Amino acid sequence: MLAVEVEKRLGDFALAAAFKAAGGVTALFGPSGAGKTTIVNMIAGLIAPDRGRIALDDTVLFDAAARIIVPPLRRRIGYVFQEDRLFPHLTVRRNLDYGRYMNGLPRDEAGMMRVVDLLDIGALLDRRPGRLSGGERQRIAIGRALLTHPRLLLLDEPLASLDAGRKREILPYLVRLRDEAKVPMLYVSHQFREVKRIATEVVRLDDGRVAAQGGLDLLDASVADMLV
Amino acid sequence: MLDLTPDEWIAIRLSLRIALVATVVALPFGLAIAWLLARKDFWGKAIVDGLVHLPLVLPPVVTGYLLLISFGRKGPIGSFLADTFGIVFSFRWTGAALACGIMGFPLLVRAVRLSIEAIDRRLEDAAATLGASRLWIFATVTLPLALPGIIAGMVLCFAKALGEFGATITFVSNIPGETQTLSAAIYTYTNVPGGDAAAGRLVLVAIALALLALIASEWFARRAGMRFHGE
Repeated sequence: MLAVEVEKRLGDFALAAAFKAAGGVTALFGPSGAGKTTIVNMIAGLIAPDRGRIALDDTVLFDAAARIIVPPLRRRIGYVFQEDRLFPHLTVRRNLDYGRYMNGLPRDEAGMMRVVDLLDIGALLDRRPGRLSGGERQRIAIGRALLTHPRLLLLDEPLASLDAGRKREILPYLVRLRDEAKVPMLYVSHQFREVKRIATEVVRLDDGRVAAQGGLDLLDASVADMLV
Repeated sequence: MLDLTPDEWIAIRLSLRIALVATVVALPFGLAIAWLLARKDFWGKAIVDGLVHLPLVLPPVVTGYLLLISFGRKGPIGSFLADTFGIVFSFRWTGAALACGIMGFPLLVRAVRLSIEAIDRRLEDAAATLGASRLWIFATVTLPLALPGIIAGMVLCFAKALGEFGATITFVSNIPGETQTLSAAIYTYTNVPGGDAAAGRLVLVAIALALLALIASEWFARRAGMRFHGE
Protein backbone atom coordinates (compact mmCIF):
# COMPACT_ATOMS: atom_id res chain seq x y z
CA MET A 1 0.00 0.00 0.00
CA LEU A 2 1.42 3.32 -1.09
CA ALA A 3 0.07 6.42 0.62
CA VAL A 4 0.98 9.78 -0.82
CA GLU A 5 0.06 13.20 0.51
CA VAL A 6 2.35 15.91 -0.82
CA GLU A 7 2.55 19.62 -1.47
CA LYS A 8 5.15 21.44 -3.49
CA ARG A 9 5.50 24.85 -5.10
CA LEU A 10 7.52 25.07 -8.29
CA GLY A 11 7.40 28.66 -9.50
CA ASP A 12 3.82 29.31 -10.59
CA PHE A 13 2.88 25.66 -10.37
CA ALA A 14 1.38 24.45 -7.10
CA LEU A 15 1.14 20.72 -6.51
CA ALA A 16 -1.12 19.38 -3.77
CA ALA A 17 -2.01 15.76 -4.24
CA ALA A 18 -3.18 12.93 -2.01
CA PHE A 19 -3.94 9.38 -3.07
CA LYS A 20 -3.50 5.75 -2.06
CA ALA A 21 -2.47 2.84 -4.24
CA ALA A 22 -3.40 -0.59 -2.90
CA GLY A 23 -1.47 -2.84 -5.25
CA GLY A 24 -1.71 -4.11 -8.79
CA VAL A 25 -1.12 -1.39 -11.35
CA THR A 26 -2.23 2.10 -10.40
CA ALA A 27 -2.23 4.52 -13.29
CA LEU A 28 -1.35 8.14 -12.62
CA PHE A 29 -3.31 9.56 -15.49
CA GLY A 30 -3.61 13.12 -16.69
CA PRO A 31 -2.50 15.69 -19.25
CA SER A 32 1.13 16.83 -19.60
CA GLY A 33 2.02 19.39 -16.97
CA ALA A 34 -0.39 17.94 -14.41
CA GLY A 35 2.53 17.10 -12.10
CA LYS A 36 2.75 13.36 -12.72
CA THR A 37 6.52 13.15 -13.07
CA THR A 38 7.04 15.44 -10.07
CA ILE A 39 4.98 13.10 -7.90
CA VAL A 40 6.86 10.05 -9.12
CA ASN A 41 10.20 11.77 -8.45
CA MET A 42 9.01 12.51 -4.93
CA ILE A 43 8.12 8.88 -4.35
CA ALA A 44 11.53 7.82 -5.69
CA GLY A 45 13.22 10.38 -3.45
CA LEU A 46 14.77 12.47 -6.22
CA ILE A 47 12.71 15.55 -5.24
CA ALA A 48 11.67 16.52 -1.70
CA PRO A 49 8.11 17.80 -1.19
CA ASP A 50 7.63 21.04 0.74
CA ARG A 51 5.07 19.43 3.02
CA GLY A 52 3.39 16.10 3.45
CA ARG A 53 4.03 12.43 3.94
CA ILE A 54 4.84 9.43 1.77
CA ALA A 55 4.59 5.89 3.13
CA LEU A 56 5.02 2.51 1.51
CA ASP A 57 3.46 -0.38 3.46
CA ASP A 58 4.66 0.29 7.01
CA THR A 59 7.75 2.31 6.06
CA VAL A 60 7.64 6.09 6.14
CA LEU A 61 9.71 7.37 3.20
CA PHE A 62 9.06 11.03 3.78
CA ASP A 63 7.45 12.96 6.57
CA ALA A 64 7.97 16.72 6.63
CA ALA A 65 6.55 17.14 10.16
CA ALA A 66 8.74 14.36 11.59
CA ARG A 67 11.71 15.43 9.42
CA ILE A 68 12.07 12.02 7.86
CA ILE A 69 13.66 11.84 4.42
CA VAL A 70 14.79 8.41 3.33
CA PRO A 71 17.39 8.84 0.55
CA PRO A 72 16.56 7.21 -2.81
CA LEU A 73 19.20 4.49 -2.45
CA ARG A 74 17.46 3.09 0.62
CA ARG A 75 13.89 3.20 -0.67
CA ARG A 76 14.04 -0.01 -2.70
CA ILE A 77 11.73 1.48 -5.30
CA GLY A 78 12.37 0.59 -8.93
CA TYR A 79 12.13 3.45 -11.40
CA VAL A 80 11.73 3.12 -15.16
CA PHE A 81 12.29 6.55 -16.65
CA GLN A 82 10.82 8.06 -19.77
CA GLU A 83 14.23 7.79 -21.39
CA ASP A 84 15.86 4.47 -20.57
CA ARG A 85 18.89 6.00 -18.78
CA LEU A 86 20.97 2.88 -19.28
CA PHE A 87 24.64 3.16 -18.37
CA PRO A 88 26.42 3.51 -21.74
CA HIS A 89 29.76 2.21 -20.46
CA LEU A 90 28.38 -1.07 -19.10
CA THR A 91 27.19 -4.14 -20.96
CA VAL A 92 23.52 -5.04 -20.80
CA ARG A 93 24.33 -7.80 -18.30
CA ARG A 94 26.14 -5.37 -16.01
CA ASN A 95 23.37 -2.81 -16.38
CA LEU A 96 20.91 -5.48 -15.24
CA ASP A 97 23.18 -6.57 -12.40
CA TYR A 98 23.90 -3.02 -11.16
CA GLY A 99 21.05 -2.79 -8.64
CA ARG A 100 21.68 -6.24 -7.20
CA TYR A 101 25.31 -5.36 -6.61
CA MET A 102 24.58 -1.95 -5.11
CA ASN A 103 21.96 -3.39 -2.77
CA GLY A 104 24.37 -6.09 -1.63
CA LEU A 105 21.99 -8.89 -2.70
CA PRO A 106 23.43 -12.35 -3.36
CA ARG A 107 24.07 -13.36 -6.95
CA ASP A 108 20.95 -15.04 -8.36
CA GLU A 109 21.52 -16.27 -11.90
CA ALA A 110 18.17 -18.08 -12.03
CA GLY A 111 16.24 -15.00 -10.92
CA MET A 112 18.10 -12.92 -13.48
CA MET A 113 17.34 -15.39 -16.26
CA ARG A 114 13.64 -15.34 -15.33
CA VAL A 115 13.54 -11.58 -15.84
CA VAL A 116 15.67 -11.87 -18.96
CA ASP A 117 13.22 -14.41 -20.39
CA LEU A 118 10.19 -12.39 -19.32
CA LEU A 119 11.51 -9.39 -21.23
CA ASP A 120 13.14 -11.41 -24.01
CA ILE A 121 16.54 -9.73 -23.81
CA GLY A 122 18.73 -12.85 -23.59
CA ALA A 123 20.41 -12.19 -26.93
CA LEU A 124 21.54 -8.72 -25.88
CA LEU A 125 23.35 -9.52 -22.64
CA ASP A 126 26.91 -9.02 -23.83
CA ARG A 127 26.26 -5.92 -25.90
CA ARG A 128 26.43 -2.30 -24.83
CA PRO A 129 23.28 -0.15 -24.93
CA GLY A 130 24.69 2.29 -27.52
CA ARG A 131 23.43 0.60 -30.69
CA LEU A 132 20.31 -1.12 -29.41
CA SER A 133 16.84 -0.03 -30.52
CA GLY A 134 14.64 2.14 -28.29
CA GLY A 135 12.35 -0.81 -27.54
CA GLU A 136 15.23 -3.07 -26.58
CA ARG A 137 16.74 -0.39 -24.39
CA GLN A 138 13.47 0.27 -22.59
CA ARG A 139 12.97 -3.46 -21.95
CA ILE A 140 16.45 -3.59 -20.42
CA ALA A 141 15.63 -0.56 -18.27
CA ILE A 142 12.51 -2.35 -17.00
CA GLY A 143 14.60 -5.43 -16.22
CA ARG A 144 17.24 -3.35 -14.47
CA ALA A 145 14.64 -1.79 -12.17
CA LEU A 146 12.94 -5.15 -11.58
CA LEU A 147 16.15 -6.93 -10.55
CA THR A 148 16.62 -4.73 -7.46
CA HIS A 149 13.55 -6.63 -6.14
CA PRO A 150 11.70 -3.36 -5.63
CA ARG A 151 8.76 -3.04 -3.26
CA LEU A 152 7.17 -0.79 -5.84
CA LEU A 153 7.91 -0.15 -9.49
CA LEU A 154 7.52 3.38 -10.85
CA LEU A 155 7.07 3.67 -14.60
CA ASP A 156 7.10 7.22 -15.91
CA GLU A 157 5.64 7.19 -19.41
CA PRO A 158 7.90 4.27 -20.31
CA LEU A 159 6.53 4.15 -23.85
CA ALA A 160 6.44 7.87 -24.57
CA SER A 161 9.77 7.99 -26.40
CA LEU A 162 8.87 5.02 -28.63
CA ASP A 163 7.02 4.91 -31.93
CA ALA A 164 3.72 3.07 -32.27
CA GLY A 165 5.32 -0.20 -33.35
CA ARG A 166 7.69 -0.27 -30.42
CA LYS A 167 4.86 0.56 -28.05
CA ARG A 168 2.99 -2.50 -29.22
CA GLU A 169 6.23 -4.41 -28.70
CA ILE A 170 6.59 -3.43 -25.04
CA LEU A 171 3.00 -3.39 -23.76
CA PRO A 172 2.63 -7.19 -23.65
CA TYR A 173 5.77 -7.39 -21.49
CA LEU A 174 4.28 -4.90 -19.06
CA VAL A 175 1.09 -6.94 -18.89
CA ARG A 176 3.17 -10.07 -18.18
CA LEU A 177 5.00 -8.12 -15.52
CA ARG A 178 1.70 -7.28 -13.88
CA ASP A 179 0.35 -10.83 -14.07
CA GLU A 180 3.53 -12.85 -13.46
CA ALA A 181 5.97 -10.77 -11.43
CA LYS A 182 3.16 -9.25 -9.34
CA VAL A 183 5.20 -6.19 -8.35
CA PRO A 184 2.95 -3.27 -7.42
CA MET A 185 3.32 -0.58 -10.06
CA LEU A 186 2.60 3.08 -10.38
CA TYR A 187 2.20 3.74 -14.06
CA VAL A 188 2.35 7.32 -15.32
CA SER A 189 0.76 8.08 -18.64
CA HIS A 190 -1.44 10.46 -20.54
CA GLN A 191 -2.29 7.77 -23.09
CA PHE A 192 -5.81 6.49 -22.62
CA ARG A 193 -5.33 3.19 -24.47
CA GLU A 194 -2.10 2.37 -22.69
CA VAL A 195 -3.66 2.91 -19.29
CA LYS A 196 -6.74 0.90 -20.21
CA ARG A 197 -4.54 -2.04 -21.19
CA ILE A 198 -2.29 -2.12 -18.15
CA ALA A 199 -3.96 -0.46 -15.16
CA THR A 200 -6.17 -1.96 -12.48
CA GLU A 201 -6.83 1.35 -10.76
CA VAL A 202 -6.74 4.97 -11.89
CA VAL A 203 -5.73 8.21 -10.19
CA ARG A 204 -6.67 11.14 -12.37
CA LEU A 205 -4.43 14.13 -11.94
CA ASP A 206 -5.28 17.58 -13.19
CA ASP A 207 -3.25 20.76 -12.68
CA GLY A 208 -1.41 19.47 -9.62
CA ARG A 209 -4.50 18.05 -7.94
CA VAL A 210 -6.14 14.65 -7.78
CA ALA A 211 -9.38 15.08 -9.71
CA ALA A 212 -10.66 11.56 -9.17
CA GLN A 213 -9.61 8.10 -8.09
CA GLY A 214 -11.26 4.78 -8.84
CA GLY A 215 -11.52 1.83 -11.20
CA LEU A 216 -10.99 1.66 -14.92
CA ASP A 217 -14.50 2.98 -15.54
CA LEU A 218 -13.09 6.33 -14.45
CA LEU A 219 -11.12 6.42 -17.70
CA ASP A 220 -14.21 6.54 -19.88
CA ALA A 221 -15.64 9.31 -17.75
CA SER A 222 -12.34 11.22 -17.95
CA VAL A 223 -12.21 10.93 -21.68
CA ALA A 224 -15.82 12.01 -21.95
CA ASP A 225 -14.88 15.06 -19.81
CA MET A 226 -11.96 15.87 -22.03
CA LEU A 227 -14.05 15.67 -25.15
CA VAL A 228 -16.66 18.05 -23.85
CA MET B 1 70.87 6.69 -33.60
CA LEU B 2 71.07 9.46 -31.04
CA ASP B 3 74.27 8.98 -29.10
CA LEU B 4 73.28 10.35 -25.74
CA THR B 5 75.88 10.86 -23.03
CA PRO B 6 75.26 9.52 -19.49
CA ASP B 7 74.61 13.06 -18.27
CA GLU B 8 71.94 13.55 -20.90
CA TRP B 9 70.30 10.25 -19.99
CA ILE B 10 70.23 11.34 -16.36
CA ALA B 11 68.41 14.54 -17.28
CA ILE B 12 65.89 12.62 -19.41
CA ARG B 13 65.18 10.00 -16.75
CA LEU B 14 64.89 12.68 -14.10
CA SER B 15 62.44 14.66 -16.22
CA LEU B 16 60.27 11.60 -16.83
CA ARG B 17 60.28 10.71 -13.14
CA ILE B 18 59.41 14.26 -12.07
CA ALA B 19 56.62 14.56 -14.63
CA LEU B 20 55.18 11.17 -13.73
CA VAL B 21 55.24 11.77 -9.98
CA ALA B 22 53.80 15.27 -10.47
CA THR B 23 50.91 13.92 -12.57
CA VAL B 24 50.11 10.94 -10.34
CA VAL B 25 50.17 13.00 -7.15
CA ALA B 26 48.14 15.81 -8.74
CA LEU B 27 45.45 13.40 -10.00
CA PRO B 28 43.43 12.75 -6.81
CA PHE B 29 43.50 16.45 -5.90
CA GLY B 30 42.59 17.36 -9.46
CA LEU B 31 39.63 14.96 -9.48
CA ALA B 32 38.34 16.28 -6.16
CA ILE B 33 38.64 19.96 -7.14
CA ALA B 34 37.21 19.37 -10.60
CA TRP B 35 34.23 17.52 -9.13
CA LEU B 36 33.63 20.31 -6.60
CA LEU B 37 33.81 23.00 -9.28
CA ALA B 38 31.59 21.05 -11.65
CA ARG B 39 28.93 19.93 -9.18
CA LYS B 40 28.84 22.09 -6.07
CA ASP B 41 27.96 25.67 -5.36
CA PHE B 42 29.78 26.96 -2.35
CA TRP B 43 31.00 30.21 -0.91
CA GLY B 44 34.36 31.18 -2.40
CA LYS B 45 33.99 28.99 -5.48
CA ALA B 46 35.23 31.82 -7.70
CA ILE B 47 38.30 32.18 -5.47
CA VAL B 48 39.11 28.47 -5.63
CA ASP B 49 38.62 28.53 -9.39
CA GLY B 50 40.93 31.55 -9.65
CA LEU B 51 43.61 30.04 -7.43
CA VAL B 52 43.64 26.82 -9.44
CA HIS B 53 44.05 28.73 -12.68
CA LEU B 54 46.59 31.22 -11.36
CA PRO B 55 49.71 29.23 -12.39
CA LEU B 56 48.39 29.26 -15.96
CA VAL B 57 48.47 33.05 -16.23
CA LEU B 58 51.12 34.00 -13.68
CA PRO B 59 54.73 34.30 -14.92
CA PRO B 60 56.26 30.90 -13.99
CA VAL B 61 59.10 32.65 -12.22
CA VAL B 62 56.56 34.20 -9.85
CA THR B 63 55.04 30.80 -9.10
CA GLY B 64 58.55 29.49 -8.47
CA TYR B 65 59.37 32.37 -6.18
CA LEU B 66 56.14 31.90 -4.20
CA LEU B 67 57.00 28.23 -3.82
CA LEU B 68 60.48 29.16 -2.66
CA ILE B 69 59.29 31.46 0.11
CA SER B 70 56.51 29.11 1.28
CA PHE B 71 57.95 25.62 0.67
CA GLY B 72 61.62 26.49 1.07
CA ARG B 73 63.58 25.34 4.12
CA LYS B 74 62.82 28.59 5.94
CA GLY B 75 59.32 29.01 4.55
CA PRO B 76 56.33 28.36 6.86
CA ILE B 77 55.05 25.26 5.03
CA GLY B 78 58.49 24.00 4.08
CA SER B 79 59.90 24.15 7.61
CA PHE B 80 56.78 22.52 9.05
CA LEU B 81 56.92 19.63 6.56
CA ALA B 82 60.65 19.19 7.10
CA ASP B 83 60.41 19.19 10.90
CA THR B 84 57.34 16.98 11.29
CA PHE B 85 57.49 14.59 8.30
CA GLY B 86 61.06 15.00 7.12
CA ILE B 87 59.82 15.98 3.67
CA VAL B 88 62.17 18.47 2.06
CA PHE B 89 61.37 20.19 -1.21
CA SER B 90 64.02 22.84 -1.66
CA PHE B 91 66.80 21.91 -4.10
CA ARG B 92 65.48 18.34 -4.37
CA TRP B 93 63.80 16.55 -7.23
CA THR B 94 60.64 16.36 -5.08
CA GLY B 95 60.55 20.16 -5.18
CA ALA B 96 60.77 20.03 -8.96
CA ALA B 97 57.84 17.59 -8.97
CA LEU B 98 55.86 19.95 -6.73
CA ALA B 99 56.53 22.91 -9.03
CA CYS B 100 55.67 20.86 -12.14
CA GLY B 101 52.51 19.49 -10.52
CA ILE B 102 51.29 22.95 -9.64
CA MET B 103 52.01 24.26 -13.13
CA GLY B 104 50.17 21.34 -14.72
CA PHE B 105 47.29 21.36 -12.22
CA PRO B 106 45.04 23.91 -13.99
CA LEU B 107 45.25 21.94 -17.23
CA LEU B 108 44.30 18.75 -15.40
CA VAL B 109 41.41 20.33 -13.51
CA ARG B 110 40.05 22.05 -16.62
CA ALA B 111 39.90 18.88 -18.68
CA VAL B 112 38.37 16.80 -15.89
CA ARG B 113 35.85 19.49 -14.96
CA LEU B 114 34.61 19.84 -18.53
CA SER B 115 34.15 16.09 -18.87
CA ILE B 116 32.27 15.86 -15.56
CA GLU B 117 30.01 18.74 -16.59
CA ALA B 118 29.24 16.92 -19.84
CA ILE B 119 27.89 13.85 -18.03
CA ASP B 120 24.13 13.37 -18.07
CA ARG B 121 23.20 13.76 -14.41
CA ARG B 122 20.04 11.80 -14.96
CA LEU B 123 22.25 8.72 -15.18
CA GLU B 124 23.46 9.47 -11.66
CA ASP B 125 19.84 9.80 -10.47
CA ALA B 126 19.10 6.45 -12.05
CA ALA B 127 22.04 4.93 -10.18
CA ALA B 128 20.68 6.36 -6.92
CA THR B 129 17.28 4.72 -7.47
CA LEU B 130 19.15 1.44 -8.06
CA GLY B 131 20.66 1.68 -4.58
CA ALA B 132 24.04 3.29 -5.21
CA SER B 133 25.48 5.68 -2.63
CA ARG B 134 27.14 8.92 -3.71
CA LEU B 135 30.59 7.41 -3.51
CA TRP B 136 29.52 4.38 -5.54
CA ILE B 137 27.81 6.62 -8.09
CA PHE B 138 31.04 8.57 -8.45
CA ALA B 139 33.11 5.41 -8.82
CA THR B 140 30.81 3.48 -11.15
CA VAL B 141 29.10 6.18 -13.23
CA THR B 142 30.82 9.58 -13.01
CA LEU B 143 34.42 8.40 -13.11
CA PRO B 144 34.16 5.94 -16.02
CA LEU B 145 32.08 8.37 -18.08
CA ALA B 146 34.63 11.14 -17.44
CA LEU B 147 37.54 8.85 -18.28
CA PRO B 148 38.38 10.31 -21.72
CA GLY B 149 38.60 13.77 -20.15
CA ILE B 150 40.64 12.46 -17.23
CA ILE B 151 43.14 10.86 -19.59
CA ALA B 152 43.35 14.01 -21.68
CA GLY B 153 43.91 16.07 -18.53
CA MET B 154 46.63 13.72 -17.28
CA VAL B 155 48.47 13.88 -20.59
CA LEU B 156 48.27 17.68 -20.64
CA CYS B 157 49.53 17.80 -17.05
CA PHE B 158 52.33 15.35 -17.86
CA ALA B 159 53.39 17.29 -20.96
CA LYS B 160 53.33 20.57 -19.07
CA ALA B 161 55.37 19.01 -16.26
CA LEU B 162 57.86 17.58 -18.73
CA GLY B 163 58.49 20.97 -20.27
CA GLU B 164 58.25 23.11 -17.16
CA PHE B 165 61.20 25.44 -16.75
CA GLY B 166 60.63 28.79 -15.08
CA ALA B 167 58.98 27.76 -11.81
CA THR B 168 61.24 24.73 -11.39
CA ILE B 169 64.53 26.55 -11.90
CA THR B 170 63.44 29.39 -9.61
CA PHE B 171 62.33 27.04 -6.84
CA VAL B 172 64.90 24.24 -6.90
CA SER B 173 67.63 25.65 -9.12
CA ASN B 174 69.51 23.64 -11.76
CA ILE B 175 71.51 20.89 -10.07
CA PRO B 176 72.68 18.07 -12.40
CA GLY B 177 71.31 14.73 -11.25
CA GLU B 178 68.92 16.25 -8.71
CA THR B 179 66.87 19.05 -10.26
CA GLN B 180 68.32 19.46 -13.73
CA THR B 181 65.43 18.44 -15.95
CA LEU B 182 65.44 18.11 -19.72
CA SER B 183 64.51 21.76 -20.19
CA ALA B 184 67.07 22.96 -17.68
CA ALA B 185 69.75 20.80 -19.29
CA ILE B 186 68.98 22.23 -22.73
CA TYR B 187 69.16 25.71 -21.27
CA THR B 188 72.51 24.93 -19.66
CA TYR B 189 74.01 23.42 -22.83
CA THR B 190 73.00 26.43 -24.89
CA ASN B 191 75.00 28.57 -22.47
CA VAL B 192 78.17 26.50 -22.63
CA PRO B 193 80.61 26.84 -25.53
CA GLY B 194 80.39 23.70 -27.66
CA GLY B 195 77.13 22.61 -26.08
CA ASP B 196 75.14 22.90 -29.32
CA ALA B 197 75.32 19.22 -30.20
CA ALA B 198 74.13 18.12 -26.78
CA ALA B 199 71.34 20.70 -26.78
CA GLY B 200 70.29 19.53 -30.25
CA ARG B 201 70.08 15.90 -29.13
CA LEU B 202 67.98 16.79 -26.10
CA VAL B 203 65.71 18.97 -28.22
CA LEU B 204 65.02 15.97 -30.45
CA VAL B 205 64.26 13.86 -27.38
CA ALA B 206 61.88 16.54 -26.09
CA ILE B 207 60.02 16.62 -29.40
CA ALA B 208 59.79 12.82 -29.49
CA LEU B 209 58.44 12.64 -25.93
CA ALA B 210 55.84 15.32 -26.60
CA LEU B 211 54.63 13.56 -29.74
CA LEU B 212 54.51 10.23 -27.94
CA ALA B 213 52.40 11.69 -25.16
CA LEU B 214 49.95 13.18 -27.65
CA ILE B 215 49.60 9.94 -29.60
CA ALA B 216 49.14 7.94 -26.41
CA SER B 217 46.43 10.25 -25.12
CA GLU B 218 44.60 10.18 -28.44
CA TRP B 219 44.70 6.38 -28.39
CA PHE B 220 43.48 6.09 -24.80
CA ALA B 221 40.70 8.63 -25.27
CA ARG B 222 39.54 6.88 -28.43
CA ARG B 223 39.48 3.52 -26.69
CA ALA B 224 37.56 4.94 -23.76
CA GLY B 225 35.11 6.71 -26.08
CA MET B 226 34.61 3.62 -28.24
CA ARG B 227 33.13 1.70 -25.36
CA PHE B 228 30.14 4.02 -25.24
CA HIS B 229 29.15 3.43 -28.82
CA GLY B 230 28.03 -0.05 -29.64
CA GLU B 231 30.10 -3.12 -28.98
